[in-house]
Formats: sequence, structure tokens, C-alpha cells
Amino acid sequence: MATRDKAGRPIVVVTGIGIVTSLGTGKDENWTKLTAGESGIRRITRFDTTGLRTTIAGTVDHVYTPGMEPSVLSEAIAWLAGEEALAESRIGAISSFPGPLFLAMPPLEIEWSHRLALSEDAPPGQTVDYGTLIQAASSGRFTGFYERAKVGIIGEHLAERFGTQGSPISLTTACASGATSIQLGVEAIRRGECSAALVIGADGSVTPESLVRFSLLSALSTSNDVPSAASRPFSKNRDGFVLAEGAAALVLEDYDRAVARGARVVGVIEGCGEKSDSFHRTRSSPDGKPIIGCIRNALADAGVGPEDVDYINAHGTSTPENDKMEYLGVSTVFGERMKDIPISSIKSMIGHTLTAAGAIEAAASLLTLQHQKLPPTINYHVPDPAIPLDVVPNVARDAKVDRAVSSSFGFGGQNVCLVMTREPA
Amino acid sequence: MTERREVVITGVGLLSSLGEGMEATWDRLVSGPPSHDAKTFAPFVVHRLGAVNFELQIPKKGDQRQMEPWQRIGVYAAGLALASAGVKGDAALLDRTDMIVAAGGGERDVAVDGKILTGIRGQANREAFMNERLMNDLRPTLFLAQLPNLVAGNISIVHGIVGSSRTFIGEESAGVDAVRVAHARIAAGQSDITLVGGGYSAERLDLVLNYELACALLRPPFRSVWDRGPGGGIALGSFGAFLVLEAREHADARGAAALARLIHVTSGRTPRAPGDVAAALDGMWTEIAGAMRPGAAAVLSGASGAEPASSEEKTFLATRGLPVRATGTHIGQGFEAQFTANLAIATEILRRGELFQAAGTGDTGTASELVSQVAVTSVGHWRGEGMALVERV
Repeated sequence: MATRDKAGRPIVVVTGIGIVTSLGTGKDENWTKLTAGESGIRRITRFDTTGLRTTIAGTVDHVYTPGMEPSVLSEAIAWLAGEEALAESRIGAISSFPGPLFLAMPPLEIEWSHRLALSEDAPPGQTVDYGTLIQAASSGRFTGFYERAKVGIIGEHLAERFGTQGSPISLTTACASGATSIQLGVEAIRRGECSAALVIGADGSVTPESLVRFSLLSALSTSNDVPSAASRPFSKNRDGFVLAEGAAALVLEDYDRAVARGARVVGVIEGCGEKSDSFHRTRSSPDGKPIIGCIRNALADAGVGPEDVDYINAHGTSTPENDKMEYLGVSTVFGERMKDIPISSIKSMIGHTLTAAGAIEAAASLLTLQHQKLPPTINYHVPDPAIPLDVVPNVARDAKVDRAVSSSFGFGGQNVCLVMTREPA
Repeated sequence: MTERREVVITGVGLLSSLGEGMEATWDRLVSGPPSHDAKTFAPFVVHRLGAVNFELQIPKKGDQRQMEPWQRIGVYAAGLALASAGVKGDAALLDRTDMIVAAGGGERDVAVDGKILTGIRGQANREAFMNERLMNDLRPTLFLAQLPNLVAGNISIVHGIVGSSRTFIGEESAGVDAVRVAHARIAAGQSDITLVGGGYSAERLDLVLNYELACALLRPPFRSVWDRGPGGGIALGSFGAFLVLEAREHADARGAAALARLIHVTSGRTPRAPGDVAAALDGMWTEIAGAMRPGAAAVLSGASGAEPASSEEKTFLATRGLPVRATGTHIGQGFEAQFTANLAIATEILRRGELFQAAGTGDTGTASELVSQVAVTSVGHWRGEGMALVERV
């Protein structure tokens, strides 16, 4: 008899986790450092930051090699995370995964290094425009750039190397992408389309232009003096997020399949919720309704109520706007109980990994359930009286956690929430 | 998976170089004139949009200003599809309508890029110069026009869809998988109604550059997608194409007419070794063959003109014994939006029961009787294969 959840659907469990952040490669190293309150935020050394308002980031310097373009770096960390998750799950050879790939990844385009190379043909003193670049391209000498500019290339490479089944799905829902990739995998397994799915969120795109883009929207922290103290979620003196890189991978499986092959169940993705926001391109609806609706949808999908949640892994970006709106959301959904629900933001330590954040934070939530320990919100020295939350300030804490919630919110009105538990109900 | 619900198309929105809406599109498909243009981006052939009054679907000037053309095209076509399905303005229904958008993105400010590339020459500190120019010259709102998921974001804002919102990226495959997942979710009861589609603007020098890196663009004289020679040739095409997919029971309950039935959608990838495209199409064909009715079916191909993919597809389709038409010859290549554009045109073929004129060596056969089924193919210019079967209701 097939095991089913409260709604009569296959139960989706996690049997493998992989993580790469600025703190290092591997879930053990990351978990040790996250629970030690260590920061991975540092001064940018990859390029000259002269003239930039923000000069710090959570870069994966231990993976980066000089000249690596964002698509190559994103692919490299996606691979590392995927490899680790597959090894833990023991689902089979690394090159023959028995299900589809869902990949949350940053949008790709031609890089500046490519444009500069294309412009070198022009005689000195001549104005360079796209006509110049196109003329150089027509020479046929730059075909090496062609494939690298394909948006589908990372998914293609990973599908080839991991041997995943069918068409790899690359996706973006901005800063909710990682959570969306998990949601898509969960839905596919619940439909019975597959009994396993590999989901990866990866983002290795700290470049001058990405920093500038967010700077121009006034989204980034400019607290450059002490990099490790710049990301201050829920603090009164928070001044923006810290751009960061990272990746996480999860092996999702139908519980019955996992049990049948003797796999160790790491955790359960019990529910997924979504609610988009039509208020503004970058700001949440002031009434908080989409955030509230998204969390409530996730709880309803899991078949549980606010009283059943023990811990929240916050989106907690450290921007004035996000943290205020997130407080409105959780305080409305969880009401009086919010006094007793710890909520922490690992972005205080690893920064905002954008496309990867939802996947990394889901992984961190699963590790929280596994280790029964709450990662802290570091740099919490000046509480914001308007946000009275137990943010697990500065120091990790042992706790009994049976069910965790992780929320992700992104530009474009994207809101996704996941509910995770230790064991199938 | 116990529940398998019937999925129908209840709304179609198409804006292309052939015009706006299905009537105009069909008229041009049948009687021309062709829409290709070899002047604007000479020496390359593109299919440009005609004049569009964007206000009709995006009433607020402020909203229009927040988008670049590729997004406006998508949001406009989405509005057409919602209107066609009778969903537009129905706040209660839009509140639980889902959305999967297939999008590219990354629109550049070509003037700023050119200025930087010109000015950086001879700079002692190139990186510092780049930082300074980017900080001073990039428009803050350009970022939002570069994000792929901001088509969906703008659809939420302009048209009010707030059920769920996902954006798939990755050229043609993104479009195929968007339809496949939307179909699967509805069939399995995970969604009742989903808007799916995308938009593409060919009128961008940065995209011309992308494809010319492999010398992959079509140069005059204009030829059909089947006849572009051994090196192939892609003619970029501007269009936006959206569908409203719906559970049959949901459409019936709200009194919405089904325009066509979406029977099956499938997709895959191959490393594109010689013979891979034909093998992939053959495998997908076996998935739909059981549901096909000989004599009443036709093939609508999404061939791009890229080679050797288009030739392999042509050879494979010739063995099926069904009439074949390719849309790329008429609307060009719009990548993420290609598959939904072809499904929109397939829906119109089924409504009329007839085919448009053949163009080129791979367009074969004529409809001997009422066309009541259309197999729609997608062979990506670089990667990704897909197929769907749609049927007259």
C-alpha cells in the first residue's frame, strides 16, 4: 500500500543535501560555521571596486579562479552542490540520476570580457558600437562565446553530467528561485511523473555590473568598513542586503521509493505555497496580503496550522523594506504564537545568494531539523522595536524543532514558502 | 496519479509580424504579404512587429515605461489571451489563476555599452572606468527590464494574475516545458487554469550579436526555414504568444468555450549528435501516435532554420505521411515564445479545419479533409526537442 500524505499524495522526502557558500563547500563545513555565527562576507578582491558604493560581498572565493565568468562559476558551484547531494542520497551513480533536473539559475548574457574582446578589432580612436561587435562576430573567430551565451547551457551541462532524465528545467523567480525549483520538484513527484528529482539553486554572479544594478535600486548595504558586520537582518540599523554567491542541491524522492531502496530520510518537504503580488515591481503590497497568503497556502498544502510550526528560516535580507514586511507577514499568520517561534536569517552570515537563497535556506532548515539546533541571526545588536521577534540573536541555540518554515520573496511579486518536517506524519 | 483531467485551450493571444490576433495572422498566412525585413538590421533578415498601440493592453504609461519592448510584447499578448478566454478583469478568477512564463531577458542599453567600449580604450585603469560609467550611465529601471521574471511580474501588475508565477528560461525548451508543466499540473488537479507563454523582441542589436557569434543568422535572399543551406540561417522574429489552458470541467463550469483540446505535451534533450533530432522526434511521435487519427491530422513544425537540426526534422517528418507546415518561415524565430505561438496557430488551424499555403521544400501535402488534429513540433536551434498534440473540440 503506497504511503500518502493527508491530501492523499505521495510524500516527498529529501535524501541528499549539498551546499556551497562563501563559508565553504559541503554541508558539514557550512553547518559548523553557520552555527558558530561565522560570517562569509568579505572585501571584494575579484575586481577593482574603485567608484562602487558597495565593495563587499559573500563571494565563493574558494571556488573562483581568475577570469571565471558568472555562468562558469554558477555551473561549478551547482556541480559541487549536486555531487554532494547525490553522494549522500546514494541514489545511484553520479552520472545516471533517475529523474528530472530543476535548476534555479541567474539569467545569462554575453559578458563584458566578450564585448571587450569583440571590440578590439576596431582601429584606435574609432567609436565602438554594436555594429563593430557584430562585424567582429561575423568573422567567425568568436564562436567560442556563442554557446556560453545560451541561457540553457548550465542546465544542459548538468543534465549531461548528472545523467538526469528528460528536458532540464532552468527557471527564475528572482530571489525566490531556489524555493520555486523545490516546489516544481515536489509537484512532479506528487503527480507521479517521477519518483525522484534533483533540484539545484546556484548563483555565482558577483560582477561589477550586478553590484551596480542593485546599488542603483538602493538595495545594497554600504557598510563596507567591517564586512562581517554589514548584513544585519531585523536590526534597527540594517541598511540593505549583501550580494552573495552560493548553491544548494536537494535530492527529492517519493518516500516509498526511498524506503524501498533503504535510503536514509533527511527530512520531508511537507508543503509548498505561493502567492504573487501585483502591487509593484520591487516592493511588497503594504497590506502584506501576498506574503500572508503565501505562508498560509504553504501551511494549508502541508495540512498543518500556525500552531504546528517550531521555527522559521526567514527571508530576512537586511533591507529596511523586506524585514518590516516579513514581520507583518509572520506576525499576522502566527499571531500571538510568534512570541514563541524563533525566526533567524542565515543571510546575516552568508549574505543574499539571490537565485540560490531559497535552496540554501531550505537546506539550512533541513539541517536545523536534523541537528535540533537553530542557526543564529548575527550582527543583532540594535533591535528594531518595530520588529519584536526572537531572531536567535548572535548565538546558535539548541531547540526541539519538528517543523520548520522557510520563506522566499523576490522582485516581480514572487513569494514562495516551504514547510519541512523531520519524519513523514 | 489517479486523476487525469482533460485540458483545453480557452484563450489565445498572438501578436507578431503578421499582425495582432488570430484573424489578422491567418489572413497574412494565407495571402501574404510576407513580413520579413532585410533592411533594418542589414545584412540580416528579421521579422519586425508593425505598429502596436500598447495602450490597448497596457493602459498606464507608467507601466509601459517600466518595460523594455520584449516585455511589452509579452504583456500585450498575455492580455489578448486573457481577453480571448473571458478572464480579463475577473478579479476573483485572476486571484487563483496560475502562470508559467517562458522568457529570455538581459536587454542591454546598447548606447551605454557602446559608450563604455569606446571610452575604455586607452584607460589606465579599465576596471575603475567601467565602474564609474556603469554607476553613472545605467538607468536604474533597466535592471527590471533585464530580469526574465519581470514579464510575469508585469503581467501580475497589469493584468492581475496572482495565483502562482513561475518563469522558465533557456531558449525554445523553456517554452515547451512551460506548456508541458502547465498541462501536467492541470491534468493532475494541481491547477484549474494557467496562463502560459512568452514574448520576444527581434529588434535588438544585442541579440543580433548573440546569434551572429556563430554566424547563425539568415542573410538575403529570403528562403523558407527548410531551404537555408548547409550552414542554416535564423531569422529573428518579434512576437508574443500566450495561451490560457484550463481543465475542461472548469471551463464548462464558467461557460467558457474550449478552442481546442491539448491532448499531450512532451519534451526532451539530446546532445545533438548526428541523428539525435530524428531519434528524439521518433520517440516523441510514438507517445502521440496512439491518439492520432490518420487522414485528419497535420504537422505544424517549429523548425528554426538552424542546421543540421532543420534538415533532420524535415527528413523525419517526410516519413510520417501527413501534411506539414512550418511557421518560422512566416513569423521568424522567437525562441522562448515559439512553441506557444505555434500552439496558437495550431488552434486556429483546428478552428478552421484547414491549412495555410505551403512554403519551401519541407512544407508538404494538402489537407484532404477537415484538419481535426495537429502535431506541433519544437526542435530548438541549439538544444531541446518537444512535441504536442492538439485536437479539434
